[in-house]
Amino acid sequence: MRLITKQLASKLLLVFSRLMMLPVLLMTGGQVLAASDAAVDEAQRWGLNMTEGVTAVSREIYDLHMLIFWICVWIGVVVFGIMFYSMIMHRKSVGAVPAKFHESTAVELAWTIVPAIILVLMAIPATSSLIKIYDTTEADIDIKIVGHQWKWQYEYLGQDVGFFSNLSTSQDEIYGLVPKGEHYLLEVDEPLVIPINKKIRFLITANDVLHAWWVPALAVKRDAIPGYINDAWTIVEEPGTYRGQCAELCGKEHGFMPIVVEAMEEQDYQNWLAGKKQEAEELRAAMSQTFSMDELYARGEKVYQANCVACHGVNGEGGLGPSLVGSGITTGPIDNHINVMVNGVAGNVVMPVFGNQLNNIDLASVITFKRNAWGNNMGDQLQPVDILTFKKNQ
Amino acid sequence: MGDHHGPAKGFGRWLFTTNHKDIGTMYLWFSFAMFLLGGVFALVIRAELFQPGLQLVRPEFFNQMTTMHGLAMVFGAVMPAFLGLANWLIPMMVGAPDMALPRMNNWSFWILPFAFALLASTLFMEGGGPNFGWTFYAPLSTTYAPPSVTYFIFAIHIMGASSIMGSINIIATILNMRAPGMTLMKMPLFVWTWLITAYLLIAVMPVLAGCVTMMLMDIHFGTSFFSAAGGGDPILFQHVFWFFGHPEVYIMILPAFGIASAIIPTFARKPLFGYASMVYATASIAFLSFIVWAHHMFTVGMPIAGELFFMYATMLIAVPTGVKVFNWVSTMFRGSMTFETPMLFAIAFVILFSIGGFSGLMLAIAPADFQYHDTYFVVAHFHYVLVPGAIFSIMAAVYYWLPKWCGNMYDERLGKAHFWLSFIGLNVTFFPMHFVGLAGMPRRIPDYALQFADFNQIASMGAFLFGFSQVFFLFIVIKTIRGGAKATDEVWENPEGLEWTIPSPAPYHTFTTPPPIK
Repeated sequence: MRLITKQLASKLLLVFSRLMMLPVLLMTGGQVLAASDAAVDEAQRWGLNMTEGVTAVSREIYDLHMLIFWICVWIGVVVFGIMFYSMIMHRKSVGAVPAKFHESTAVELAWTIVPAIILVLMAIPATSSLIKIYDTTEADIDIKIVGHQWKWQYEYLGQDVGFFSNLSTSQDEIYGLVPKGEHYLLEVDEPLVIPINKKIRFLITANDVLHAWWVPALAVKRDAIPGYINDAWTIVEEPGTYRGQCAELCGKEHGFMPIVVEAMEEQDYQNWLAGKKQEAEELRAAMSQTFSMDELYARGEKVYQANCVACHGVNGEGGLGPSLVGSGITTGPIDNHINVMVNGVAGNVVMPVFGNQLNNIDLASVITFKRNAWGNNMGDQLQPVDILTFKKNQ
Repeated sequence: MGDHHGPAKGFGRWLFTTNHKDIGTMYLWFSFAMFLLGGVFALVIRAELFQPGLQLVRPEFFNQMTTMHGLAMVFGAVMPAFLGLANWLIPMMVGAPDMALPRMNNWSFWILPFAFALLASTLFMEGGGPNFGWTFYAPLSTTYAPPSVTYFIFAIHIMGASSIMGSINIIATILNMRAPGMTLMKMPLFVWTWLITAYLLIAVMPVLAGCVTMMLMDIHFGTSFFSAAGGGDPILFQHVFWFFGHPEVYIMILPAFGIASAIIPTFARKPLFGYASMVYATASIAFLSFIVWAHHMFTVGMPIAGELFFMYATMLIAVPTGVKVFNWVSTMFRGSMTFETPMLFAIAFVILFSIGGFSGLMLAIAPADFQYHDTYFVVAHFHYVLVPGAIFSIMAAVYYWLPKWCGNMYDERLGKAHFWLSFIGLNVTFFPMHFVGLAGMPRRIPDYALQFADFNQIASMGAFLFGFSQVFFLFIVIKTIRGGAKATDEVWENPEGLEWTIPSPAPYHTFTTPPPIK
């Protein structure tokens, strides 16, 4: 108990000292804290302000934000200053006698017109920034982004490269069974990779409900809306890893669909792209391969962790979705199981249609995994070619 | 004048009453009950967000809490509280014996508990309660909603009917029941702001009703108003919702302006500065509220022309709002001030509401909004306008008029303690939200990245302080009703208004003959 009190006291003290430093922090964009290496983490922990980001647009937005902020601060200082002056000087206890005045057209006009002028001055830079942000023409690379419950899908248009990007933080971290990593909730299995100094156009849409694709360092936030394709663009200037999150409530796992963007030199990007194409090539070849039970099981477990665990639970015990332990699907006829995975469940919008989200190897593995994990022990297995046959025959 | 007959006895008094004071009292108690309920929901949220990771609730329940907190506070706490104040005060302020439509008055109150019983019962239904946020964006609230959404829709319909009836009553009372000589420009500002608010309600509540009816059709009757797959449009939902939603947020603040305009002159001992400009500013804000709705939708991908129009229109709101703040400050300037509890709440209202106004101006800047939108910065903004704006003004009003209502003075020391606890609690809760929002924390998430941990912890501690202070408020109010120093008829030093010319406590029937108006 005393320990908690002590921790609390030291925390409050820290907060207090930070708040005292607030004006300085804001003026310098937090750089005072970042000055020494040891303080970098601390600065991030007590992050107070918008990031300046790594694009010309993000810096412009940051400057606009600070401009409006300071105008507000000065208006506040004047208005609250007069208020506090009155509260101190014009109180009954110091013998203040109330004045009689109660209107003045001239003053009313002044404090209507002066703010209006200030607003016009604010609107000018805001308009010019907005025009820049809306200019999505002449892009070097087009990337289609599709929001799904609850993951992002990226497709490099004209490149034959595309993949899903899932949260890679484990359920154990979320439920506090193991310590949380540095990038807790802001890490994915496959990040979006882009080259620096190229104009990238994002074409953003959604498959089910609304989502919003947001990376603060890029100052890009656009709603992903089924039936619409929104566009946005960026030119990243520095290589690095930039993290963001879904910004529109999209259901249960809304807080668990992060975005990670890796920006790299053009050459590295080309290598990555070639690697991806190679991977796709190998995957196509693997479609006709036969896998051992162990291979299927191990791969299936990974696929399960990335795609199923949110609703069906770490041990298939169920949650938002039904339990998979000894269920009619996982221990029933295998064709039925394939059907549910490939086509979803009629009238159930929560169960995704995995037929167009997972490849045949992943589908075969995850079905095999589920039929044999958690004591289901069905002993049967599927090969990718079985899924292909199923899809052809339906 | 005098009591020809007193109130009926027993529960029947409350069930069948047509007396504006009884109905006002019921509205206020109902509102307080919803305030505590919505507060409990908020504390569940803040408890879960006390540290990173999922500790107390599952994400699906967390989403139900954010939704129900918003609905309970907006439709259950703030709106009924203002209607309660309107019921109590408007007839007394304009010298009328009662509301113009007393039986409808009874009806518009009594359907409310049913609406909220319906809404709250969804939490116990299979699939849980509404989990799509108080803004219930389609298709999350239609195709993807839990089955209880139908109950939610009916609850909204009933609340809407109640609000519309309440508004018609208020307009009819103000326009027809004023004492002879009480011209429109002699009305207290609380009456003026409520008159304008009532028109806003009549204008937008049917829009909300249309919105939820389209949802009902989409869910049960195979239409596709909001479903892209059927040729409908999810963005249409947002346009319709915010055409209701933006005036709605002013519905929750205009009566607060009226309350501050009553309290500040009393304790500054100086007439309100710029009465006429206050009326015009209120009307301008009401007009502007109809043409700014899409600033809630800057990131949906509107054409740039729309984006610019809504940005400019939104920035304009700062002008009439500024006029109001300047008028209040000028009222205080060279006054002779004392700082009783209602005045403390009113001053905190002006300062903190202005801070919320500043962040509102920042949010109006569309390019910057791309970074602020749907983050905790927005949460900080609207809690700064709603808690010190609506809630503080309601508390100020309760302390200010309670002696008139029950005939006893509240305990000034306790009142001040309540004020300071609330004031500190509020700022500790909501100020850090500006920081985590700017640093990149999205709203409506049950768990967050590690860098947001410290400020969230502080906010949660503030929230519990604020929450428990309101139990203290309940204690103070009950204590005052049950006893205490007797209030004089005037209660305060030379307050302005007809309500101070009648005895304390106010008799069951007042102004059965119209009072003379100077």
